[in-house]
Amino acid sequence: MTKPANNDEKSAITVRDALTDDLARIIALDSQISGIDKPEYWRESLRRFGSRQEERHFLVAEKDHHIVGFIVGEIRAWEFGTPPGGWVFSLTVDPDTRLGGVATIMFNTICQRFRQAGIKKVHTMIDRDNITVMAFFRSQGMMAGSTIPLEMNLSDFATEPGDIS
Amino acid sequence: MKLQRSSRLALYSVLELASRPDEQLSASDIAAKFNISLNHLAKVLRDLGRARLVEAVRGAGGGYRFCGNIRRTTLKDVVEIFEPITLHDAGGFEPGDSTEFGASLAVVLGEIDDIALATLDSITLETMLKLTRRIQKQAVTS
Repeated sequence: MTKPANNDEKSAITVRDALTDDLARIIALDSQISGIDKPEYWRESLRRFGSRQEERHFLVAEKDHHIVGFIVGEIRAWEFGTPPGGWVFSLTVDPDTRLGGVATIMFNTICQRFRQAGIKKVHTMIDRDNITVMAFFRSQGMMAGSTIPLEMNLSDFATEPGDIS
Repeated sequence: MKLQRSSRLALYSVLELASRPDEQLSASDIAAKFNISLNHLAKVLRDLGRARLVEAVRGAGGGYRFCGNIRRTTLKDVVEIFEPITLHDAGGFEPGDSTEFGASLAVVLGEIDDIALATLDSITLETMLKLTRRIQKQAVTS
C-alpha cells in the first residue's frame, strides 16, 4: 500500500502556472487517467486558461522537474445564480504519486489565488461514481452545495422536453 | 435520511476511538459519553471487531481501540455492517411497486439513494474528524 506523504515529500513538490511546453505531458497524463485522448480540448484549455490572468488558472505540479499533476479553475460570476466564486473543473494527479500530497498542494494554491482575488467560496462538480476524487475534495472540507445538477437524454424526448404524450 | 441506532452507535464508537489513537477506551467510557445502552454498544463493538475496525485490548488498562485505516474507512463501510444502504428497495416488494406509478416512484427514490450512497462512500473517518474539529472551532469563535 502507498504510504501517505510526509512533509519532506510534500515540500519537494512545486506548483507553477502551466506553459505551452507542458501541453504534451498534460495530454498524456489526462489520457492515462481518463483513457481518452483529447489533444484539441487541452490545447484550447491551455490557450484559454494558461496565460496567467487574475480570473483563470491552469496550474501544474512538479516533482523532480517532472509534471505529476494539474488543476484548472476560474472565477465565474453569477454562474447558476451564485455570487462570484472559484470553480475547479479539472484535477488530475499521476497515479504513481497519489497519496503524495500533490492534489492538496495544487488545490491549496488555486484556493489561495481565488482568495487573493477576493473570492469567498470555491465550487466544483464531480460525477458521483468518481469516489476517489470526491473523497479528496471532501477531505479538503468541501460539502454538498446548494445547487443540484440536472440532466436529461435528449433522445428520450421525441418532441419537446416535458411532453410525455 | 435517518440511520438505524446500531449504525449511529457504530459511527460514534469508531470516531471516538479513531480520534484517540493512543488510548484504549472501555465500552462504558463510550456508552457514558454518548448516553447509550452498554448492552447495545457491546453488540455493536463486537460487530465492529468482526469487521476488523476495532479490537479489544485485554488486561489492566485494556479496552477498545480503532485498528482500521482512517484515511480509507468511509461512513459507508461502517453503516453497511449494520444496515443496507440502498433504502427504497431494502424492504423487498411493496404493494403498488409493479404499477406505472410504482415504477416512476422507484426511479425518483433510486436517485435519492444514489446521492446518499455517494455521500457516505466519499466521506472517510479522517474527513469526519476534520469536519468535527472545524465545527467545534466555529462553535468556539461564534
